[in-house]
Amino acid sequence: MRATTGAHTGTGTWLVQRATAMMLALALPVLAAYFLAALPLDFAGWQALFAPPWLRVLMLLTAAALALHAWVGVRDICMDYVHPTGLRLALYLVAIAMLAGSVAWLAVILFDAALGRTA
Amino acid sequence: MKPVARPVYLNLFRIHLPLAGWVSILHRVSGALLFLAFPFGVWALSVSLSSEAGFQRMADWLMHPLARLVLLFLVWAFAHHFFAGLRHLALDVHWGLGLRQARHSSIVVLLASGLTTLLAAWKLFA
Repeated sequence: MRATTGAHTGTGTWLVQRATAMMLALALPVLAAYFLAALPLDFAGWQALFAPPWLRVLMLLTAAALALHAWVGVRDICMDYVHPTGLRLALYLVAIAMLAGSVAWLAVILFDAALGRTA
Repeated sequence: MKPVARPVYLNLFRIHLPLAGWVSILHRVSGALLFLAFPFGVWALSVSLSSEAGFQRMADWLMHPLARLVLLFLVWAFAHHFFAGLRHLALDVHWGLGLRQARHSSIVVLLASGLTTLLAAWKLFA
């Protein structure tokens, strides 16, 4: 595996983990405060919360950072505990599919034309 | 001193993890939990925004004590991961590397995530 990955991938992922950690540490409290301040609400109010474009963009960027951050963490856990190479690669694929799928799904939800019209 | 019999079998239940060790392993456990919860969160958001009925379904579901318990558990996971992560970032720039400071910051992390969880429990169950 060493030959196919080359040098510096360790420091690269380490940096990605730290950079995304800082983005998440800044963005998630903002998002949490935004949503918690609006509670409790009905369906119309809930939809209206997602109307501002800045919120949708911030949520999607945050989710992308979260996916990258989670990927490094899951990769670390797999490297520590799952030693058969085939099984580890299979778990990597599952994790990537879960994370990429979730972010893509969130993008569809947030930028759904119907949500934009009603809100 | 009597020589130790080899091989030594470590009894995991008798190993006493230092406080920083607890913060560290819980950081990993909470991170794994949050990773598993992420797709469910997107699913819940999708259902709640899809229609009035979907919103009601999620709202009803959130009234169930078991769902609230799961939510509380996730609040703990997030709070612990958040505060322990800030501690790791501080350690990265060599803040609090000393044994005493590292112990103190571990206590602060456990207290902060514990208090956040208590506050959430009060909001969810009181």
